[in-house]
Parts: sequence; C-alpha cells; structure tokens
Amino acid sequence: MLAKRIVPCLDIKDGRTVKGVNFVNLRDAGDPVELGKLYADQGADELVFLDITATHERRKTLAELVKKIAQNINIPFTVGGGIKSVEDVGILLKSGADKISINSAAVREPQLINDIANKYGSQCVVVAIDAKNVDGTWLVHLNGGRVPTEVDLFEWVVEVEKRGAGEILFTSMDHDGTKGGFANEALAKISDLVNIPVIASGGAGNMEHFVDTFTKGKSDAALAASIFHFKEIGIPELKSYLKDKNIVIKPS
Amino acid sequence: MSNLVIIDYGAGNVQSVKFAFNRLGIDPVLSNDAETIKAADKVIFPGVGEANTAMRALEKFNLEKLIPELKQPVLGICLGMQLMCEYSEENDTRCLGIFQQKVLRFEPKLKVPHMGWNTVHDLKGTLMRDIPRESYVYFVHSYYVPLMEETIAKTDYIIDFSAALQKKNFYACQFHPEKSSQVGEKILKNFLAI
Repeated sequence: MLAKRIVPCLDIKDGRTVKGVNFVNLRDAGDPVELGKLYADQGADELVFLDITATHERRKTLAELVKKIAQNINIPFTVGGGIKSVEDVGILLKSGADKISINSAAVREPQLINDIANKYGSQCVVVAIDAKNVDGTWLVHLNGGRVPTEVDLFEWVVEVEKRGAGEILFTSMDHDGTKGGFANEALAKISDLVNIPVIASGGAGNMEHFVDTFTKGKSDAALAASIFHFKEIGIPELKSYLKDKNIVIKPS
Repeated sequence: MSNLVIIDYGAGNVQSVKFAFNRLGIDPVLSNDAETIKAADKVIFPGVGEANTAMRALEKFNLEKLIPELKQPVLGICLGMQLMCEYSEENDTRCLGIFQQKVLRFEPKLKVPHMGWNTVHDLKGTLMRDIPRESYVYFVHSYYVPLMEETIAKTDYIIDFSAALQKKNFYACQFHPEKSSQVGEKILKNFLAI
C-alpha cells in the first residue's frame, strides 16, 4: 500500500540552514546538505528546502546548492522560495530538484501553474498555500503570510488542481508554530475537494498529531521543521509509533 | 565499469539519474547521439513528463528506431518504461513497442498521480536480485503498465500493475531507483552487474 510520507522542511538563508539546529553528530549543522543527508539516512520520505530569502540575484547560489543536495541525497526533494517564472523552475530542475514549490507567484499569476505543468509536467509542481481562518472563512495569504487576499482557500485548491498542480502543500497560519496539531478539518475538506496529494503543514507538536492528520485530516504527507531540528521527535521513533498505530509508513 | 550512457533527449531529470550513478562510483555519459548510444556497454533510458512530447523528442534525435534495436542491457525508468511499450493512452501515443502492452491511465478511485513510497512484490530476475519482498520504492506516475508475462515486480495501487519489466536485454522500472534510497541503489547495482 502507498505509504504516508514524513517530510522534514529546511529553511535556507544565503545557502545555510537557519533555525538554531543542534545536532551533535553533524560537523556543520548549518550545512543544508549534511542535515538533509542525516534526515534521509534516518528514513525521511522526502525533503523540502525553502529559500526564505530568495531573490533574483541569489538564484544562482540556490542552483549551486540544489546541485549539491541532488548529488548527495537519494530521496526526492522539493525546492521553493521566490520562484516567479518558468525560467526559475528550469534552472532548479536542471540542477537536480525533483519538484519545485510555488506560493505567492501562483496567486498573483495563476497561469504560471499551467505554464510550468505544461513544460515540465504536473509531477514537479507543488503549489504551497498559506491560509488563515478569518471570521469563519479560510483566506489565502501571501509573502509568508504577511499579505492577506480575498482568495478563498477551498476555491483556490480546486483551481490549482485544474491548472495542473501535482500536489498541494497547505500551511495553516493559525496552527503554524503552536505545536497544537495540524488543521485537520480544513485538510480533510481539501482532500475531499481535490484528487491530488495533500501535504499538511503547521502545528506538529507530538507524534499523535501525525496520526490525527493522516486519519482525521486525510493528509497524504506531513511536513514539519522545528520538532525535527530540535530533536523533540526523531524520525525513526515517529515512524515506529505510526506503524504501531496502523498507519502505513515506510520503515526507517 | 566502462561505458554507461544515459539517453539525454530533453525529457526529464537526467541529472538525478547521473548523480545516483556518481554515488556508486560511475561517471555516466549523457548523450542523444545515436553512435554514442550504440557504442555504450549499458544504456539508461530515463523520462519524466508527457508521453507524446517525449516520443517527439526521441524522433527529433532519430532514436525511436535505434532504441528497440539495442543489444546491450538497457534500463528504462518511469516514462522511459512506458515508452518501451507499444502504446500509451496519454495523448494517444504510439510508443517503441519493445513490450507488447498498452499503457493505461489509472482510474481515479484513489488520488492520481500515484505519488510516494509503495511496496513491490512477486520479484523476479537479476534486476530484483536480493531485494526483499515488500521493499519500498518511490513512484510518481498517472499511467501504468498492466501486468504481463514480462512483469518482474508488481505494485498494488488501485490495481496490481507492473512495477518492473524485463524482456531479453531490456529492463524497466516504473519507480525511480535513483530516488529510492538504499533499495534503489541496490537495483542500480544489480543492473550494473548484468
């Protein structure tokens, strides 16, 4: 059976991992390649690298980094952050990324989803969506959640699927950083509306939260950053816990 | 080992495949040149994207006749495996015809694409040698090759389908061995050892 996926996310700034990562067994915990490799060795199913300071000038640095990751890591990985054009995507895929993730640019220019999917295939297009529940309506936000829009989350997920997205990465801003669990109600609704995989993001605090999002939230994959970086939860222990709870999972 | 050529015809992530062999200590040549491919000891035929576009790309380099006539071991990966069949439902595409099978679209009873880690069973032959039953490998695809006599590995998603095929010197995987962790590395090593 198809396994649920555990996806550590690494935030990159100027080619380095940010967020006080603290692993004793790494020579250089700030090196995204080493950290990514460690996660892969521990049994992570996929990795997401998010360039939080991506600008046009830094795109070259990012492409170099992507190449190093691809050379060293034997599991799929997604690269996101500041992608604005089909050309940006081409550079990252040619450097060895398996998928790219677009967020704000897709909302501003939805045709970009069609253009990337037509040129490189839906399998490499992850549409990331940050949303927040505002008076009972889930509204899409841009620029890392700083800019609200009038776009309704549930209308947007249907549109991105129609335009050729291969996967949806949904971050609930109401849950992100709370460690209180994923936005399972909204996630389940998304999964009912679309027929492409949904990655849950925002809110992971303990191992039970992963069980909940795979069952109640109907998520296909769950992404987390700090709980892995700060070793609050180890990937091997999380995976054996999930297996005990009858979640289909690739063993570490 | 000597000369490994990855067919580089503009369809898909050839870098990932190249890097996977680099990790095994092999430096493959990327090429779309018929003579270079013909002269290789072994050939990798990768592919990501859409079947019709990929076939047009092969035709552009005059490779559509060459590939079925290759005599050395050839490994098709993902779309490469589908193109080795005779026909794909994806945009009504006539393919290379190495395997006498039609590539079909998954019925959307579950999410499509079939994306992520799934298990392989009923493993046969040299390519799958020493791979434990129910090992996980990484898939991303919306079309599948139905089971056939040449099936050497099966996976169950919506339907039991061919995860790998073999006919004489032609080998193929629907999954991505280059992205399938240690299990994938073992499969690539098995191919190199043929």
